[in-house]
Amino acid sequence: MERRVNYKNDVNLKATELRLGLPGSDEPERQVTPSIRNNKRTSSEISEKSRSKSSSGVTEVGNDDHHDSTAPPAKAQVIVGWPPIRSYRKSCLQTNENEVEGAGMYVKVSVDGAPYLRKIDLKVHRSYPELLEALENMFKLTIGAYSEREGYNGSDYAPTYEDKDGDWMLVGDVPWQMFISSCKRLRIIKGSEARGLGCI
Amino acid sequence: MRHNEAEQMSEDDGRQQSPPSDLEFTSNKARNCIATGSGSGHPELQSQYPDQVLENVLENVLHFLISRQDRNAASLVCKAWYRVEALTRSELFIGNCYSVAPGRATARFTRVRALHLKGKPRFADFNLMPLNWGAHFNPWVLAMAKAYPWLEKVYLKRMFVTDYDLGTLAESFSGFKELVLVCCDGFGTSGLSIFVTKCRQLRVLDLIESEVTDDETDWISSFPDGESHLESLIFDCVECPINFDALERLVARSPSLKKLRLNRYVSIGQLYRLLTRAPQLTHLGTGSFSPSEVAGQADQEPDYATAFAACRSLVCLSGFREIIPDYLHAIYPVCANLTSLNFSYANITAEQLKPIISNCPKLQVFWVLDSICDEGLQAVAATCKELRELRVFPVDAREDSDGPVSEVGLQAISEGCRKLQSILYFCQRMTNAAVVAMSENCPDLVVFRLCIMGRHRPDSVTGEPMDDGFGAIVMNCKKLTRLAVSGLLTDKAFDYIGKYGKLVRTLSVAFAGNSDMGLKYVLEGCPQLQKLEIRDSPFGDAALRSGLHHYYNMRFLWMSSCKLTHQGCREIARAMPRLVVEVIRSADEEEMDDLVQTLYMYRSLEGPRLDAPKFVTIL
Repeated sequence: MERRVNYKNDVNLKATELRLGLPGSDEPERQVTPSIRNNKRTSSEISEKSRSKSSSGVTEVGNDDHHDSTAPPAKAQVIVGWPPIRSYRKSCLQTNENEVEGAGMYVKVSVDGAPYLRKIDLKVHRSYPELLEALENMFKLTIGAYSEREGYNGSDYAPTYEDKDGDWMLVGDVPWQMFISSCKRLRIIKGSEARGLGCI
Repeated sequence: MRHNEAEQMSEDDGRQQSPPSDLEFTSNKARNCIATGSGSGHPELQSQYPDQVLENVLENVLHFLISRQDRNAASLVCKAWYRVEALTRSELFIGNCYSVAPGRATARFTRVRALHLKGKPRFADFNLMPLNWGAHFNPWVLAMAKAYPWLEKVYLKRMFVTDYDLGTLAESFSGFKELVLVCCDGFGTSGLSIFVTKCRQLRVLDLIESEVTDDETDWISSFPDGESHLESLIFDCVECPINFDALERLVARSPSLKKLRLNRYVSIGQLYRLLTRAPQLTHLGTGSFSPSEVAGQADQEPDYATAFAACRSLVCLSGFREIIPDYLHAIYPVCANLTSLNFSYANITAEQLKPIISNCPKLQVFWVLDSICDEGLQAVAATCKELRELRVFPVDAREDSDGPVSEVGLQAISEGCRKLQSILYFCQRMTNAAVVAMSENCPDLVVFRLCIMGRHRPDSVTGEPMDDGFGAIVMNCKKLTRLAVSGLLTDKAFDYIGKYGKLVRTLSVAFAGNSDMGLKYVLEGCPQLQKLEIRDSPFGDAALRSGLHHYYNMRFLWMSSCKLTHQGCREIARAMPRLVVEVIRSADEEEMDDLVQTLYMYRSLEGPRLDAPKFVTIL
């Protein structure tokens, strides 16, 4: 992804820069790029973090994509692990509040060819890119980019889900909120099968 | 702490293979040596009487030593005491699984019946540590399978346990009785199934706040048929449906069952059936405190109150997931005897709480959500004069959420519950005055954990930092061993802690302090400090250096998002060879500058661990 590449170039320049001064003394400069060092600074520019254990590593990078070229987001900042409540407790209370018949919090995820299923908490992700990265991380595969016309054409795998009506749909077509309230389970199918869906 | 390898075994070697009746064996010898007039193990007499006599006497005596601190002290007296203590230690506690290798532990302590093992540091619970950091149970279970055929009990906290490990556990120890997994992960229902199938003597299976993968295996059905020895079955954290009929049959054939905590897939109607089968329960965790279908048939609903009333021994209640408050009245019959009540998953109001809590005068432990507001806490303070432990959790755990509880609730509790020993309080606003009041009203406080959820938030009335409040706590609560601070704090707060917190063993710090001085005060002032966890505070290398005299006495130090550099950490690593200094970075992030993201360091006899993942650098 382009933005990630830019960010890496930025850092390399800084690393090779010749300067005088002790480590840590260039701190004011660092605050200019807060979204990159997101979990080191407590300034207001800290970007959002996923609360999901299963994607903690992934979503930090994912969030860079969302935030690094925008002004500090107006909505509330979420710091990793703060307040110090275990994610299990947090998700239990969310479940309590949002219990709707069939509404997916933890949904099963199957991957064609994998010997057993996994479970993923949809509530913990805020968008499709986050969810897809979490799935990619969980199963060590690539899903690639979604497009309205072509679906996931060209990818090795495509994510599908079973909705409330029992139909199998392609992940990404409907708005995120609608998706998480109707998704009952996920199935990641091989690219060769996916092409059939994309053509419809 | 002794660093020697286990001493060469004396002629006692032969006794290690015997099944559990060695106390009888030694008491015969003890009678002999009493007859010959030997004392209780004075070293001078060793020249007159054989070593074996001395050690037999010692063994009888040391057998009564339970506390591990006492045992550690006894083992330092001399080699004979070291050896005998090692033979008589039956419960082995290891606070950090990486501080000693399994082989070393099994070599020294050869007759262990119970293992208590802790892995990841606590901040891992809050996603501050990447996955797959370590704390694998596997090498331990393999070592114990060879060394401790008579192992009966395993208690693990924050360890990574696989299905394979559970299978090994069940297969290797024919007398295995108790498994307690707290905050563990790595296994699933299929592992549980294998475990309960093979563990025929099982008495306790407690899964507490652990992450259990749903492999769609019916593990409840895997309990063997016939009468079961189960005394405790706790599975409220298992997030998958269970076979209720099998559970009911299991409960029916477990006459010794005293503790049962269900998960939220058990409805209140199903709970009723279980209660009628197990009125002897002392500890009950309800599942979902609502019916599985919408209750339209009110006249067909069972009399829940009667079922609860039949449980005359009930002292501890928890669960109440997905609560429909209308059903709360069912627990009235048991309130009078309740000593422990956990409403921390029940989103109820003060009005819904009051009728319950006013009937619980004997309550000692109370966990609740802040949905009860200050008013609810006032009701608690009015009735629960015996309260020892209070935990107030937030319904909405965000920095900027509305705060239904405040200094008002804390003040009320301090005035009403004078015997309070332990408090965990999440809030959005607090004042120094209320904290000071608590320090004065509750002198028995051992654990004080206050979490003001807004970072750097000052006293909501005066605008001052919260230094004086926490200062009063360490000054007035002379028994305090555990402290967690929050809100706007300057170095002054740490000055107080260093000056007065002489018994503090565990300290948690987040978003606090101004400079290195803060950490220095603590490291130089708190001689009992064992566990120090710090995040997002401006402490740097100089502060880290000020603890060099103390790090070998600590279990661990955690510092994340502070001002430490690699160079600073390397200096510590070089100065202290028995310290493992881990620098952890987030899984995908590369270190771009010299600042260390997370430092986790701990004393160890083994040097750098071999199972460290790529994102961990051991200096």
